[in-house]
Amino acid sequence: MKWEIAIKNATVSYRENIALKNISLNIKQGSFVAVVGPNGAGKTTLLTLINGLGRLQSGTIDIFGMRVNKKNINRIRKDIGYVPQHILIDPRMPISVYDVVMLGRCGRIGLFRNPGKDDHNIIDEVCEHVGITHLKNKPIGHLSGGEQQKVSLARALAQRPKILLLDEPTANLDPRAQNEIIDLIECIYKKESLTIIFVTHVLGQLPKVCSDAVLLKNGRIITSGSIHMVFTKELLSEVYDFAVEPPCMKMVG
Amino acid sequence: MPEILQYHFVQRALIASVLGGAACGIVGVWVVMMRIPFVGVAMSHAAFAGAIFGLLLHINPLLMAIFFCLASTSLIGPIADRGDFDPNISIGIIFSIVLGIAFLGMGLMHGPKTEALNFIWGNILIISSHDVFLLLFITIIVIVCLLLFYKEIQAILFNRELARATGISETALFYCLLFLCGTTVTFNLNIIGGLLIFSLIVNPPSAAFQLTYNLRTMYVLSIVFGICSCLLGLFFSYMFDVPSGAVIIIVSSLIFGISLIFSPKRRVKKYEVSKA
Repeated sequence: MKWEIAIKNATVSYRENIALKNISLNIKQGSFVAVVGPNGAGKTTLLTLINGLGRLQSGTIDIFGMRVNKKNINRIRKDIGYVPQHILIDPRMPISVYDVVMLGRCGRIGLFRNPGKDDHNIIDEVCEHVGITHLKNKPIGHLSGGEQQKVSLARALAQRPKILLLDEPTANLDPRAQNEIIDLIECIYKKESLTIIFVTHVLGQLPKVCSDAVLLKNGRIITSGSIHMVFTKELLSEVYDFAVEPPCMKMVG
Repeated sequence: MPEILQYHFVQRALIASVLGGAACGIVGVWVVMMRIPFVGVAMSHAAFAGAIFGLLLHINPLLMAIFFCLASTSLIGPIADRGDFDPNISIGIIFSIVLGIAFLGMGLMHGPKTEALNFIWGNILIISSHDVFLLLFITIIVIVCLLLFYKEIQAILFNRELARATGISETALFYCLLFLCGTTVTFNLNIIGGLLIFSLIVNPPSAAFQLTYNLRTMYVLSIVFGICSCLLGLFFSYMFDVPSGAVIIIVSSLIFGISLIFSPKRRVKKYEVSKA
């Protein structure tokens, strides 16, 4: 089988800490993969490994059938949308929501070129899809946490990515905003048929469309596969070191 | 006043004011948005160290000053990234190194150090046509870079990691921005002086930052404030017969103070109980 993402024997370390220890993982095109594990398990590192923001110490990564290296990483990144954990934005930042969403097009447009009519149309379309059209002209720093997260999603979608990396997109949001973001992600997945990798440590926040899962603990993959196989009481309890019921099974089932 | 405009040194000072104000206005936006205001001080001392060693080794002090500045500015980014530091820490390290080198040179040097000290104080009224051309050159480079890489620069100013994630060659562009900041400071040092440069790259963009939520408007306001600071400073310096550099700094600080008072970003909406 040809995998969209193939990670083989990858190790990542930050100074004294080994964040990922010789992990191997294959992800097929169009799947919705949840990466679950406690804090410090290496979930965010796994995401940054895929878009090349993390530094690989050993091992290999193939994306879209291409071996990731310094020469082609920028080309590959153009096809990978990335929504990081909530980023701190200065409320006085002189940049509008529209400009932030357009930032997602920068790589695609390329150097020495200005955004064209097509790019502006894509931004309008994405803003409407995500429901932030009324916020387009507002300064980015004036938005609430939930609104900023929607802008972050819109920016990632403006890239027209093949893979979407979501790093705890509902963290620090109130329950209503969490639901809105989860509904939006489900809607995007159904409409765009992207490969989505969704990082969370809160099982209750997993979208219903989630098909596969990876359990991480201490930089190691405990298990991976379909959620029915992965989200068992035994495995989750092993990962979190206390008895955890698999709530997602109910959602999916 | 009009008769004084006939003097060439005044004409050169006016042109330098416009060019220096514009270049520092643009570069200042990057400096303020990236929060690295001390790049000016570090570069002025790098130039000072270079000039001292130029005088010691009988090499053109300006050339050595430029060499030291460019070498220092090209190290800021890589030191910050390799050491996983904030660029300000990297600037602090460079500053301490060049200051140490400057003191070493001063200890070894006998005789007057006026030529080297000019890089710290500068004097806009004694600049040559050659200096003006140098200033014109760097101003054009800065404007061209801004126009060519506007969207990439905006992305980097917003968030470096996100800029990299979208497929932009962020690291190379970030180093280029730092290099351009350092180069602009370097080329302005002999003309305006290190202390004045520091105020010109911080005060006008900080004033502009107070007044707008639009980056394009911030660039324009910063350029206008930079040029106004220099021209008004020169005018008041002539009117009251006081040092031009000091007055330019005071004018730019006043512009910042006025912007702060009228800043929409400081406005607080009042809640009216009757409407509730």
